[in-house]
Amino acid sequence: MSNAARKLAEILPAFVLFALLLVLWQLAVSVFGIREYLLPSPTTVVNAMFSGHINWWGHIWATGLAIFGAFLIAAVAGIALGVVIAWSPMASRALMPFLVFVNTLPKVAVAPLFLLWLGYGILPNMLIGALIGFFPVVINTAVGLMQIDDDMLDLGRVFNAPKWKVFAKIRIPNAYPYILSALKVTATAAVVGAIVGEFVASQRGLGYVIITSQSSMNTPLAFGALVWISVLGLVLYGAVAALSRVLAPWAEGQER
Amino acid sequence: MPRIIIQLDRVGMIYQTGSGPVEALNDITLDVAEGEFVSLVGPSGCGKSTLLRVAAGLRPMTSGSIIVDGTPVTRPIPKVGMVFQAAVLLKWRSILDNVLLPAELAGLNAGAYCDRARDLLKLVGLAGFENKRPGELSGGMQQRVALCRALLLDPPLLLMDEPFGALDAMTRDDMNLELLRVWGEATGSAGRKTILFVTHSIPEAVFLSDRVVVMSPRPGRIADVVDINLPRPRSVETRATAEFGQHSLRIYDTLTGRKAGAAGVPLQALS
Ligand SMILES: Nc1ncnc2c1ncn2[C@@H]1O[C@H](COP(=O)(O)OP(=O)(O)O)[C@@H](O)[C@H]1O
Ligand SMILES: [Mg+2]
Repeated sequence: MSNAARKLAEILPAFVLFALLLVLWQLAVSVFGIREYLLPSPTTVVNAMFSGHINWWGHIWATGLAIFGAFLIAAVAGIALGVVIAWSPMASRALMPFLVFVNTLPKVAVAPLFLLWLGYGILPNMLIGALIGFFPVVINTAVGLMQIDDDMLDLGRVFNAPKWKVFAKIRIPNAYPYILSALKVTATAAVVGAIVGEFVASQRGLGYVIITSQSSMNTPLAFGALVWISVLGLVLYGAVAALSRVLAPWAEGQER
Repeated sequence: MPRIIIQLDRVGMIYQTGSGPVEALNDITLDVAEGEFVSLVGPSGCGKSTLLRVAAGLRPMTSGSIIVDGTPVTRPIPKVGMVFQAAVLLKWRSILDNVLLPAELAGLNAGAYCDRARDLLKLVGLAGFENKRPGELSGGMQQRVALCRALLLDPPLLLMDEPFGALDAMTRDDMNLELLRVWGEATGSAGRKTILFVTHSIPEAVFLSDRVVVMSPRPGRIADVVDINLPRPRSVETRATAEFGQHSLRIYDTLTGRKAGAAGVPLQALS
């Protein structure tokens, strides 16, 4: 079997199931005459997704920016904190209890506070997403930096290599698979955070569309926004996956 | 009489562990001459790896003293080549970059060592693999790369910790010959590296070494030192000589506590 054919065979079952469910959904809605405000049919949803009645691009842009910003902040802050924790046992002892505490907070409940402090806009939504997403990055970065073969470290010790060099040349590349798999989790968390922020208070974004369509019983609009959100999530996830293939091709299939 | 390069004097090592102290080495006294090939054999856990690392200054010993090349060892000594049982190649680097790693870690200009790295790879039959990744190479090839890496800075001292232990018997025999060749067996002792070689294969130790140090179970002490005066360069035929068998038996007897000349040596112990 050729490579392309094998790939196709791999995704075909999921694709067929998906198509089947769509067809069933469409049929069910028309056969049972389900009301649109309860469950719109797929075609109605697609129509809503491209309807000119609302400024979709503006909302997609606002939410996309919040998601991307949340992801970037979580990634940068998470990796930096992970490096600090692995670098210094003292910093690790100081930071870890605090980080664990922050992670146990229900971040959704903190969202209103962020809005109170930062006002309306994209920034608080970004920060909520970052807050939800950064913890796995910290932990995975620190673990990836520290879970290393003692023999490998001896390579550095033999040459009295400075600590920063051992980090730059051995520990950090060794942590790539760990970091990249955490970033995939973070990509999803960033979406959740951004939408939660928009739910709490906002005048733009796909989360806002869902909230307002709910009050006007415009369910097709809510479904449309939902699909757009998952499109944004998939794009980010795909970008991270592509990045990891470029950055760490040797780590394919061994991520933890 | 050649110069003594490694001088271990009543070296002791005790690890402090969660479940109490573990004595890994006890009263190890050993001199190794420049250019000498010395093997350490002993049961697993008797402290062979510890001894290598202590000698290289990678772990602080608990008692005794070590002098390498006239200098007491208190921290990692520069220009030691290390080879471990696992090749521990950096899988994100190309083969060539793996070989160049010591130059980078030692703060030297890696570019200046490129030609030497290529020559070393050629020497061990890996020309053309420079741009491959470790994952694309077999275990034996990876171990060859590790050997090149250890040789890059031309260290006077090579410390090898069961470097061929994970290879199949045939590849291991090949690697033994290769190591002797790289060591410069045929060219005589002048300018040869000093090698401390850990193995738990008796035939491998006898085949390679000038001297075999036999260690007792934990805490590791020196139970016997066997001079191997088989002629060099050694070859496949060396393994078939009577002396080879005698040396192997003597080591086997020391390791197992069997009375010399008694019956019942399992064949695989000596092959
Ligand atoms: N880092 C360590 N911490 C505690 N105990 C250790 C450590 N390294 C080795 N040991 C113990 O010291 C003894 C000797 O180990 P090692 O030198 O690895 O033996 P060998 O290489 O001969 O198998 C073993 O009992 C081992 O459990
Ligand atoms: Mg060992």
